[in-house]
Amino acid sequence: MLQAIILILLCQLAGEITVLLLNLPVPGPVLGMLLLFGGLLWYGQMPPALKHFSDTLLRHLALLFVPAGVGLMAHFSLVARDWLPLLAALVISTALALVVTMLVLAALIRAQDRP
Amino acid sequence: MNEEFTDIWAFLAASPLLWLTMTLVVFQVALWLHRQLGGSMILHPVLIAMALLISILLLTGTDYDTYFEGAQFIHFMLGPATVALAIPLYEHRHQIRQLLLPLLVAGVAGALVAAISAVLVAALLGADPLTLLSLAPKSVTSPIAMGIAEKIGGLPSLTAALVLLTGAIGCLLSPLLIRLLGIRDDRVKGFALGLSAHGFGTAQAFGISATAGAFAGLGLTLAGVMTAFLLPPVTPWLPGLLP
Repeated sequence: MLQAIILILLCQLAGEITVLLLNLPVPGPVLGMLLLFGGLLWYGQMPPALKHFSDTLLRHLALLFVPAGVGLMAHFSLVARDWLPLLAALVISTALALVVTMLVLAALIRAQDRP
Repeated sequence: MNEEFTDIWAFLAASPLLWLTMTLVVFQVALWLHRQLGGSMILHPVLIAMALLISILLLTGTDYDTYFEGAQFIHFMLGPATVALAIPLYEHRHQIRQLLLPLLVAGVAGALVAAISAVLVAALLGADPLTLLSLAPKSVTSPIAMGIAEKIGGLPSLTAALVLLTGAIGCLLSPLLIRLLGIRDDRVKGFALGLSAHGFGTAQAFGISATAGAFAGLGLTLAGVMTAFLLPPVTPWLPGLLP
């Protein structure tokens, strides 16, 4: 358990430092995730403790959004002003993303299955 | 007695312990309420917990900075959770390798369409630039979306709320769209759900089949990584944000 926590925090730390040093536009933890993914591919197997820790963490993922979500109280005026554009943007863009992704992927899988 | 209570409140209200505990308790209550209300996607436990906590803070006259002193311990875990997404990604590596090119192309197309169309629609309807910047990463799973929002100058907390609403909307729309387009491949359904509606979509995909769920996890992770790399450089050229 402790080793899994250390490994994940080290990956995040390495990601954050790389982002700062190279002035990258990517969030540090995303780079940390790629680092861990690369490390796992190189290692070739999944340490059970790491699997256990990540399962626990990802099972409670929803809870982690709450503190930031409560910060919405500081932006009431912005939401009150922009609620209609926001709602329209969310519905239209989500529908478009679903349609585009499904059509493109379905077409490409058909093309790959029939070389 | 009343004075004593005031003293205790003054101590508690300023200590991180109160708001940390309160966040956990309220979230537990929100989970229970969500189950009582029939598990509807629109009333997600996170949205219920947000509404309850904001009400409590307003009623007790507590400002957000004081609340965050305690809640930051939970907030901090978003970073490690993002890193931990490498584990499901690694577990799906065989399926990824098999369909690498189709998944990458569909992923880039879907992620770009989600971000650009959202900003375009909101800009056309006259939204504030700060709203647009917070809206752009909304299709991506929250820990990554909030990181991107911070990077490009949006409001991470507004992004968090928009991400949750996107997830709920994606789950509501997807059954209809899947029927309309006549999609039968569970891999396609799952991937699109995870890509456009992140964790909510992934949960819904697991209800379709295990394959759909695995591909949804993949869509969620790929969308997160690709949006994190594509969006920050593209942002300055998005409609409504041009100088």
